[in-house]
Amino acid sequence: MTPLAALLVRDMRLAVRVGGGALMGVLFFLVVVSLTPFAIGPDLVLLKRIGPAILWLAALLASLLALDRLFAGDHDDGSLDLILTGHAPLELVVAVKGLAHWLTTGLPLVICAPLIGLLLNLDLPAEAVLMLTLLVGTPALTFIGLIGAAIAVTLRRGGLLLAVIVLPLTVPVLIFGVAAANAAIAGLSPFGTPFTILCALTLASLVVGPFAAAAALRQEME
Amino acid sequence: MALIDLANPTRFLKFANSAIPWLAGLTVLAFGFGITQIMGAPDDYQQGATVKIMYLHVPSAWLGMLGWGLMTVAALGTLVWRHPLADVAAKAAAPIGAAFTLLCLVTGSLWGRPEWGTYWVWDARLTSELVLFLLYLAVIALWGTVEDPSRAARAVAVLTLVGAIDLPIIKFSVEWWNTLHQGASVFRPGGSTIYPTILIPLLVMAAAFTLLFATLVVAAMRNEILRRRVRTLQLMQASSAS
Repeated sequence: MTPLAALLVRDMRLAVRVGGGALMGVLFFLVVVSLTPFAIGPDLVLLKRIGPAILWLAALLASLLALDRLFAGDHDDGSLDLILTGHAPLELVVAVKGLAHWLTTGLPLVICAPLIGLLLNLDLPAEAVLMLTLLVGTPALTFIGLIGAAIAVTLRRGGLLLAVIVLPLTVPVLIFGVAAANAAIAGLSPFGTPFTILCALTLASLVVGPFAAAAALRQEME
Repeated sequence: MALIDLANPTRFLKFANSAIPWLAGLTVLAFGFGITQIMGAPDDYQQGATVKIMYLHVPSAWLGMLGWGLMTVAALGTLVWRHPLADVAAKAAAPIGAAFTLLCLVTGSLWGRPEWGTYWVWDARLTSELVLFLLYLAVIALWGTVEDPSRAARAVAVLTLVGAIDLPIIKFSVEWWNTLHQGASVFRPGGSTIYPTILIPLLVMAAAFTLLFATLVVAAMRNEILRRRVRTLQLMQASSAS
């Protein structure tokens, strides 16, 4: 097994074991979506209209909270220093860690979104479209979050700072993700335009995220 | 004395001490001239005198973006060339740029209420400017979180370079999207569309604001260098006492 594949398997195993926090994101997603009708009121028509937006916001916040464990665990026990001395390019290593993070945090969110969408009275076509936009958009959230996680790796109470750094950068993903979902549901504007821009944002973040995160890690760990 | 000599903090302090009074004086003169120009400028046929908020709003917007541009160049100076004063410039420029961005948002909001009927609208120009303000706050928060200035500088440099993507988004937002905010009138292909009696005061105020920015940044850089010297002295004193 190549070193990068071994790193991927290691990260995924660490995430799913007890204390790894992989499915905690899904639980948080469920809790946030359950809270919104308490705040907004139980009007099902209204919830159906803003359902995609609520699900996207909850997915964003759940991804954000899980970013803490991306580098912090490895930094605490010294594995990050070992990983930095390896032969593989740091950008690839960081990208692999991001992939492992998305597979254990983002992908479960996407899979559970339809079930949780039922709480907001979304119907089946709406849920299908929402699932597609989340599937394309959650990797962008993870890979943009890589940058913040790398910058905040050496800080002990980095949690809120991480949010302050990452959230403005994820605003475009949120805008186009919800726009695509709403366009398909309402049928008034073309679905393709915001959706292709969302795909473009994800592809760009797959490149920019690891490079910026690797640069930040190199600076922080010197 | 070449420009590169200013990279030495002591020489920069000497330069700053002599330059700041001149810069401040020029700034006052420029603002004085600018205000007389504004008083002589005509009212808008529709907006009346309200249009004169533009002379505050537009230069603040330009300077908010110039601030982030200065921080981006400084970030390159820190990461690529290891320039000794690059991170001092970045740390000095951040609160000043943030203040100009906030001024732009507030003056724009006050202008929007009588002209558009609303204090705020989520169109592309206003949203991207708000995101710029949030990025400024993120950078200022990051400066305050890491204790050692040179390590903080490197983390901030990465964040600054990533955030620089917002600058072209703000500039071209009125072209790429259908916005309530008006389109480009000054820096556009084909030249400015503003009549000289209004354009000249605007450019004079922009120059005055830029001089103000330069004065504030040089003064803030001087303060930051002195602050770091004090910190070094405190550290030396603490380690020699033990």
